[in-house]
Amino acid sequence: MRSAGPGSPARPGSPEGPDSSEGSDASSGSTPSSGPTPPSGAMSIAAIAAAVRSGEASAAGIVEQYLGVIEAMDAGVGAFLEVAGEAAIAAARRVDALMASGEDPGPLAGVPLAVKDNMCTRGVATTCASRILAGWRPPYDATAVARLAAAGAVTVGKTNMDEFAMGSSTENSAVCVTHNPYDPSRVPGGSSGGSAAAVAAGMIPGALGSDTGGSIRQPAALCGVVGVKPTYGMVSRYGLVAFASSLDQIGPLTRSVEDAALLYSVIAGHDPADSTSIREEPEWTGRLAAPDILEKGVVGTVVGLLREITDGADPEVRSRVLEAAEGLSRLGATVEEVSIPELRFALPAYYLIAPAEASSNLARYDGMRYGLRLGDGSAESVMSTTRAAGFGAEVKRRIMLGTYALSAGYYDAYYGKAQRVRTVLVSAFDAAYRRFDVLLGAASPTVAFRIGEKVNDPLAMYMSDVCTIPTNLAGHPAMSVPFGTAPAPGGNGSATGPAMPVGVQVLAPRLGEPAMFSVAAALERIAPVTEPPVLDRQEL
Amino acid sequence: MAVDASGGSVGYEPVIGLEVHCELATATKLFCSCPNSFGDEPNTNVCPVCLALPGSLPVLNERAVDLAIRVGLALHSDVRQCTFHRKNYFYPDMPKDYQISQYDEPLNAGGWLDLPSGTRVGVTRAHLEEDTGKTVHMGGTGRIHDATFSLVDYNRAGVPLLEIVSEPDIRSPQEAREYVAELRAILVAAGASKARMEEGSMRVDVNISVRPAGSASLATRCEIKNLNSLRSLVRALEYEIARQAEVYRSGGSVVQETRHFDEDTGRTASLRSKEEAHDYRYFEEPDLLRLVPGQERVDAIAAGLPAMPAQRRSEIAALFSSAGAGTGGGAGAGGAREDQIAGLVENGLDGLLLAAVNGGVSPEKALARTANEAASRIDEALALDPESYGRLLVMEEAGKLTATQVKAVLSEMLDEGRGDPAAIAKRLGFETMGAGSINASVEEVVASNAAEWDRYCSGEDKLAQFFIGQVMKATRGKADGKAVVAELQRLRSTR
Repeated sequence: MRSAGPGSPARPGSPEGPDSSEGSDASSGSTPSSGPTPPSGAMSIAAIAAAVRSGEASAAGIVEQYLGVIEAMDAGVGAFLEVAGEAAIAAARRVDALMASGEDPGPLAGVPLAVKDNMCTRGVATTCASRILAGWRPPYDATAVARLAAAGAVTVGKTNMDEFAMGSSTENSAVCVTHNPYDPSRVPGGSSGGSAAAVAAGMIPGALGSDTGGSIRQPAALCGVVGVKPTYGMVSRYGLVAFASSLDQIGPLTRSVEDAALLYSVIAGHDPADSTSIREEPEWTGRLAAPDILEKGVVGTVVGLLREITDGADPEVRSRVLEAAEGLSRLGATVEEVSIPELRFALPAYYLIAPAEASSNLARYDGMRYGLRLGDGSAESVMSTTRAAGFGAEVKRRIMLGTYALSAGYYDAYYGKAQRVRTVLVSAFDAAYRRFDVLLGAASPTVAFRIGEKVNDPLAMYMSDVCTIPTNLAGHPAMSVPFGTAPAPGGNGSATGPAMPVGVQVLAPRLGEPAMFSVAAALERIAPVTEPPVLDRQEL
Repeated sequence: MAVDASGGSVGYEPVIGLEVHCELATATKLFCSCPNSFGDEPNTNVCPVCLALPGSLPVLNERAVDLAIRVGLALHSDVRQCTFHRKNYFYPDMPKDYQISQYDEPLNAGGWLDLPSGTRVGVTRAHLEEDTGKTVHMGGTGRIHDATFSLVDYNRAGVPLLEIVSEPDIRSPQEAREYVAELRAILVAAGASKARMEEGSMRVDVNISVRPAGSASLATRCEIKNLNSLRSLVRALEYEIARQAEVYRSGGSVVQETRHFDEDTGRTASLRSKEEAHDYRYFEEPDLLRLVPGQERVDAIAAGLPAMPAQRRSEIAALFSSAGAGTGGGAGAGGAREDQIAGLVENGLDGLLLAAVNGGVSPEKALARTANEAASRIDEALALDPESYGRLLVMEEAGKLTATQVKAVLSEMLDEGRGDPAAIAKRLGFETMGAGSINASVEEVVASNAAEWDRYCSGEDKLAQFFIGQVMKATRGKADGKAVVAELQRLRSTR
């Protein structure tokens, strides 16, 4: 938490307790609580880095401790596909050696982190939770992963996901099911479900995910953590296994807005290896966690309550969004309702563009150079047999959708038209952002649903991303901030299920991250107190 | 089908368009920093990007763009803002299973190329794309249908290619040959490509249809892929023209298809029909930005563009006409000279000739040495310093070196890639022999071979060769044969 500066480092493993540092704009007293309660006893990224950098704690000690927690807990959660313990401890010792020699180990010194399994980690299996890449060990690190390491962070393992990031529940993983720490019978969302669940359960203080149509924000919402999808081009995609190149972005999942800002600040910036990475870095690059952003408050901020991603949400989810809007209003923001009718085209356009790009991006998994290789005789036999056995049903469905959308005679009607919709969406957003600094809505139309509930209903599953997809098509930033809970629908529709986390989504224009983080930090300060997840490290 | 390739096309006119792929002479590949190098150990010039490892991304090689613009300007194309597209199809030697190419917005649009014979051939476009790897089929005849396995070398994957598409303006196999030769000369002149068909750095596909002579309509065309020499190009076209003419003559119709030319039989055969053609599912490459070559950049490239082959050929031909062209011989020799000049220009060796002429060597001598000796080792000759080369020929012209010695010195220079001809001549023991020492040596040889001398003096001229041989032996080859004969004749006349 922000109070844990270098002068007052928390001891490793010690519960920090409720945050006592109330923001000035949280003092209206009319909110359900003052200050967020950490969902578990895990430390914040800020606190760990401060402790290691001040010499209060050793990086190796911190990493070993988190490895122990993962060892004890992950059997029940299923968040990790691989834990690279020895390599992590070795990396942590290098951080400690730097400290011992008086060198700066970096702003994230000794912070253990997890990385979604679609980001390349040198020598550590990177499989996208697919059979077709089982056991594949990349010879290089993704730029985002390398930047974290250069900042002193320690990657301890790779997290579960929907195969090739295609899905909204992590059930499309070819390896295992991941359970929501708030209710193990429910999904963590997806596709970055492993990262979200690991952070929510306190197994790791932060993780990287990737967001093509909501794959960071939706699981963040369902697991009660913070999840950020950056402006397209702010974080290098080099080493991120491509799903839909024009939509994919890497971003952080953390337990607090400040931690998200810290991770974002480290992974953002121009990368010559990614031609789509933004060349002229904005002034705020690297300093999103600065007080003039996180403590800025919302006085004078103009917030649009976006009806298209609020009204269609479940009533209890919608109520939390409205409460969040009221809270911001009380803190001094101007809140008005706004409608962008063009958003109704976003979901269909997305389900043409993303599969089209995916059908091409996934062509390389042909059994020729790496990964699974089956079949014999001709190259055609190897390619078709490998792909038939190596890809799961959802991946095949999208490859076929995309191949069809790009085919001669259909291109204009499908892919071409979807691209024109994208242009229309950007204009519609631009018009809204001439009036509003940020937009507000739900990050997911529902709370976490039950495992198996939607696996056989692709359209229902696709609707899970209806709130998040528009910003990907526009290339804009957006983030999900935990804001209380809503009772999950019961098993037979009548009975009431457990209280599950709700995420409020803050959307901003291209490169509008400072305003987005200011509003997110304010929301975090006024968010209702919630119970920690049932799967929580405190139970150990 | 039996086709009489000699006279089978009477009454029909071919309509031919060419697609020429050439590898651009960059240091590195089009989208990564691997070396662009021919003939290396297989799969050594590879990295995550050109092997298409998961997560890798392309970064455009700006040098390749510059070279492509040079060619575009040389072909009078409009250099434009453009986009890259993905051409999707599965093949083991294409690591991504799509090729990054250009589609509806090429870098160079339009243009033309004037053939030496006078025909102007329109250029449709010249666009950038990446090369594939190379598949070698093992076992059987080495072709895919009876191979037991195949090996893929990805060194070539990602090498920058320029695809130059002509309008269907070509009307004979000879014109097609002329077009390819002239295009090759332009590519070399622009410094854009080595354009060697024998190394595969230049490859030719043809589109060919035939129509009744005098007709203006276009008939169904066939494509013949991967012709790897000018000879194959001509042979394949001759066969295909006759074949299509025969199809029409016998009342049939030509089917649109892709055909393969068999070097051994000299025939083309169907590879795949239009129905089997790939649907490439082109779409804009999302990993690359739009390419916007600014006017400033294009202007700078235009300003740095060297003289093109047509201009250089006429400049060299002018050397001969102004020198009187007396020694060249008749029209036949003139045609041979034109061919030699064209060959030097095509390979970029005309600079050597000019350096020699500028040094005072006669155009005839400079052409003979450059076309016969230097051009026999093109790669090494291209690395020569023209000024040094000029000085070597000047030494011959001045009688300081014999023809044999010049060839020996040049061979050394080509081996070393540089060198001062005078120093090499000295090292080889080719010190210039003064007239005095030659004459002394001739007198010695005459004195010790009295019988032969008598026969020579009585009119047996062929014995001059005997005396030359003896003098050469005595001087260890340093004497100039002509000087020896001159001294022999002087001695005989004063006897």
